[in-house]
Amino acid sequence: MTKCEKLDVLGETCPVPLVETRKAVRKSSPGDIIEVIGNHPESKEEIPMAVEELGLELLDIEEKGDQWKIRIKIPEED
Amino acid sequence: MAEGEKATLIVHSGEFDKVYSALIIGTGALSMGMEVSMYFTFWGLERLKKNELDKGPLSRMNFLGLGKWMMKRKLKKKNVREMDELIKDFHELGGKILACDMTMDIMGVDKEDLREEVITDYCAVGTYIKEAKESDVTLFI
Repeated sequence: MTKCEKLDVLGETCPVPLVETRKAVRKSSPGDIIEVIGNHPESKEEIPMAVEELGLELLDIEEKGDQWKIRIKIPEED
Repeated sequence: MAEGEKATLIVHSGEFDKVYSALIIGTGALSMGMEVSMYFTFWGLERLKKNELDKGPLSRMNFLGLGKWMMKRKLKKKNVREMDELIKDFHELGGKILACDMTMDIMGVDKEDLREEVITDYCAVGTYIKEAKESDVTLFI
């Protein structure tokens, strides 16, 4: 069964949002969705870069003030 | 896609700020999907001794430790993850930590002196060159 994992990295700085996202991806299963919430400005740019490098799917990025929410989907296996 | 891409770092320096940079780059590269090996040699190897990871001086403006104390305070204030946590992250994300055999020999360091739980292997220059040849990023810190 697919699940939605919420990852809170509010107040964290480089490289923690990226590292914690990678840890969550490693623990995930195909079809899972990971929702990362943070406020470190560079990570908003870098997490999508990592998503691309890892061959994952970037669902959307929401912004509210300084906060951002990035949703990532782990691709289903072929 | 980064899978199969590799970064190889030599950690030759033992200074606080340089080891910090190396660990941030190492965990960052792992997070971007690369394979990462960090080779600890000379003064860098000293930092793999038990309870020594953050014990190096600053590479500049150390001022007999006052500079480092101020730097540590700033890092804490800015909520930067501690080095000891970063090395655990590095390990958890599958990064390899290699200790230089020759340095151990000349500096009289035994395996029991080192944090064996984070060390993947003990090796010499040939292993590094072989890995560096296959790497997309190599750094000497």
